[in-house]
Amino acid sequence: MSSSLLSLAIWIPIVGAFVVFAAGDQKNLARWAALIVAFAGFAITLPLYIGFDTAQAGMQFVEQRPWIPRFNIEYLLGVDGISMLFILLNSFITILVVIAGWEVIEDKVAQYMGAFLIMSGLMNGIFSALDAVLFYVFFEASLIPMYIIIGAWGGPNRVYAAFKFFLYTLLGSLLMLIALIWLFLHSGGSFNLLEWHQLRIEMAPQILLFIAFLVAFAVKVPMWPVHTWLPDAHVEAPTGGSVVLAAIMLKLGAYGFLRFSLPIAPDASHYLAPMMIALSLIAVIYIGFVALVQADMKKLIAYSSISHMGFVTLGFFIFNALGVEGALVQMISHGFVSAAMFLCVGVMYDRMHSRQIADYGGVVHTMPKFAGFMVLFAMANAGLPATSGFVGEFMVILGAVKFNFWIGFLAATTLILGAAYTLWMVKRVLFGAVGNGHVAELTDISHREFLFLAILAVCVLAMGLYPYPFTEVMHASVDNLLKHVAVSKL
Amino acid sequence: MLKNFVVPDLYPAMPEVFLVLMACLILLVDAFLGRAQRWITASLTMIALVGCALITYQTMDGQVVLTFSNMFVDDLLADFLKLMLYLSVIVVLIYSRDYLAARQLDKGEYYVLVLFATVGMMVMISAAHFLTIYLGLELLSLSLYALVAIDRDSPRATEAAMKYFVLGALASGLLLYGMSMVYGATGTLEIGGVAQALHLGVANKTVLVFGLVFIVSGIAFKLGAVPFHMWVPDVYQGAPTPITLLIASAPKLAAFAITLRMLVYGLFELAEHWQGMLMLLAVLSIALGNLAAIAQTNIKRMLAYSAISHMGFLLLAMMSGTVGADRHFALNAYSSAMYYAVAYVIMSLGSFGVILLLSRAGYEAEHLEDFKGLNQRSPWFAAVMMILMFSMAGVPFFIGFFAKFSVLLAAVDAGHVAVAVFAVMFSLIGAFYYLRVVKLMYFDAPVDAAPIVAASDVRFLLSLNGAAVALFGLFPDTLISLCTYALLRSL
Repeated sequence: MSSSLLSLAIWIPIVGAFVVFAAGDQKNLARWAALIVAFAGFAITLPLYIGFDTAQAGMQFVEQRPWIPRFNIEYLLGVDGISMLFILLNSFITILVVIAGWEVIEDKVAQYMGAFLIMSGLMNGIFSALDAVLFYVFFEASLIPMYIIIGAWGGPNRVYAAFKFFLYTLLGSLLMLIALIWLFLHSGGSFNLLEWHQLRIEMAPQILLFIAFLVAFAVKVPMWPVHTWLPDAHVEAPTGGSVVLAAIMLKLGAYGFLRFSLPIAPDASHYLAPMMIALSLIAVIYIGFVALVQADMKKLIAYSSISHMGFVTLGFFIFNALGVEGALVQMISHGFVSAAMFLCVGVMYDRMHSRQIADYGGVVHTMPKFAGFMVLFAMANAGLPATSGFVGEFMVILGAVKFNFWIGFLAATTLILGAAYTLWMVKRVLFGAVGNGHVAELTDISHREFLFLAILAVCVLAMGLYPYPFTEVMHASVDNLLKHVAVSKL
Repeated sequence: MLKNFVVPDLYPAMPEVFLVLMACLILLVDAFLGRAQRWITASLTMIALVGCALITYQTMDGQVVLTFSNMFVDDLLADFLKLMLYLSVIVVLIYSRDYLAARQLDKGEYYVLVLFATVGMMVMISAAHFLTIYLGLELLSLSLYALVAIDRDSPRATEAAMKYFVLGALASGLLLYGMSMVYGATGTLEIGGVAQALHLGVANKTVLVFGLVFIVSGIAFKLGAVPFHMWVPDVYQGAPTPITLLIASAPKLAAFAITLRMLVYGLFELAEHWQGMLMLLAVLSIALGNLAAIAQTNIKRMLAYSAISHMGFLLLAMMSGTVGADRHFALNAYSSAMYYAVAYVIMSLGSFGVILLLSRAGYEAEHLEDFKGLNQRSPWFAAVMMILMFSMAGVPFFIGFFAKFSVLLAAVDAGHVAVAVFAVMFSLIGAFYYLRVVKLMYFDAPVDAAPIVAASDVRFLLSLNGAAVALFGLFPDTLISLCTYALLRSL
């Protein structure tokens, strides 16, 4: 089946961004143009879901044409049950980001909106590229708009955070580039990922490849101990930047594990699984404790993201369907929940210009509608049943118990820790007596803010109550992946 | 006596002959012109270069033709490199025009010297004989020494010219000494003849390897590779920016050509020896260039160190051919080196072009601080500079990424995985100082609020230059394939 849906999903936002740039200093024009482009970008991804054949495990909506014949590099796109949902999520979040930055960003509006649109297109490219070089090119190019977003519209320490973000992630991806070149030569001159999945590789190179990929993706996820760039980036980034970082960019790393590490180096994956599980559990438990003591709301949510992403990597490396599907559900749910949490902080920050928990208290008295939303999202973050946060975590814990009871037991502590740090923050920020005069002067959310929070609330609840539409599409692909990983390639 | 005199076939050397004649004509015409009529000189120079390009294009037939008793060769490689050369010299002239006029440096000598330097580079590119290489190189170098000192009242420029001259003369001496040993060992200086002698095993290898050391040192000096790099930062910083622009662009193509002609065409049998030397030069250049660039506050000096690291990458590609096999098997390595050279020239032209754009009468925009808040002064040219910086750092989708990519591919193919890892680690360090320029332009407020004044053709060309960096990054195949094809037909 040939179609150009994926190309459109990539290039509509990118080309649209240049239209937005053309708006220059006309702020409203830039905003509306960005909104239209974001909607068009989302609309074009809907047929991906509607036309998706859930029974088929392979790639769908494939596009293939030569790009750099000299090195046999192809413009090869396609999605399966694993990647398709992320393209939808990404395009959806882009709309929210545009709305969230509507009145807040007053400085260089066109560039702000354009940067987010370019990033959205590039990330769709990452999720749909099936040629290794094409993947790499999108993967690295997405650093540029994020670097500019953090540095140009970020907080007081933005320059440090932007450099740290860029250099940390570049470090990871450069080693991967060498691994990709090695695989190209080893496969006899192909960058086709699907062909690489069938490649026989000795154990020693498999382990080296796994480590090269691990460095690239672990930084992006981020896994303990290479997570330190994330709290800085989150704290300094503007709200929209934090949302995109948490909701989409972190998923790129986890997605990379599924697309590269597991199928290309399955034996090394099994061999090194204990290490990966250990690192994941450290992220879940240790980072959970770290989150508990944060005084800055954004930092707290950033650490909570790392902890939740630990769940995702844990789900991958216990090698059963429950674990992997649970991890994927967790990734999408975290996309909604973390986006919502950062938007909530953004709403408060826009009014108070502070992210310190200590500066708040009793917000519920002045912002009741807002408090309702925030409590809901906090519950989702803590993994309360009937919210999306519960589904993924529960599936991963079940999978982990199947794999080994004690690993499941340790993973389950997140339900306590997550509840502790999230709810304690909510308690200190929302409840109690009105903390100070500034809080007393707060006004409740505007229609615009109500809109994006309500949309996310619907998503979080819908996914928690009826996750079947999400798990349905990934089922065949995950089964196929696990079957593939179970076969040795030595 | 005269009956032995044979007129050589001039047809393959038509572009050179034409350009020399034009340069002489311009020298004569300019003597009768005052400052007000300098545009005539400039236009004639432009016509000379465009005419040269037309002649080269018309005579391009893909055949390897030797002339002047096998001292001069016209092949597709030479034609391709020469066309790139004319293009970059034309761009240099356009970018430089207003800067030179504002400082009254647009003397007639400038145009004539630039043309003679161009002829020198053309001769280097078409050399089929070690002496031809030397002649071309000297013609280029002597013109450049004079150009660096063209602002004769500037002590800094004079110092740079002096340094360049003394070290350059030393390097030429080294090269000549190495050539004499090649002659001693093989009995010929024809590049084809040397290869033949080596192939038949009649040459004294000890003497040859000894000579090779000197030849490689000479090349390393001209490329500006560590440890022969000392002149690069001083000359880049000291010379007037238009001259830096000239030195930082086209000569890299010629230096690539002579490296290829001498080492690959001539001394390929000694590849195992020179590859080791090039590896050392490459590793040192990449490391030192990237580390030292971080400490610079002057952007010309920073770009000088960046040039050193880029030349390291070029050498990395040159050393990645397969040893012992037919040189056609090493095509990947040499075509990636050529692609890298072309890509570097395009990026280098653009970045010095932006520096020239920001300079104005009595004001040199050569400090990093001068780039502060460029995004607010001119979002368009800030974007151009951002593209150039990310491209130099090797971030996709820009031409610099694919240049680095093809070099790394060749290096890993030749089994130098460790060197490739080393190179990417240092380009990570290199990313820092390119990012800093972007940071200054986008994250900081401007200190200099003067409007950016530039002629519309400069603006257009600079935009085109930035667009080329982006477009050759989105569609890299054309240029890569052209390089490969030109080499394939010429080896």
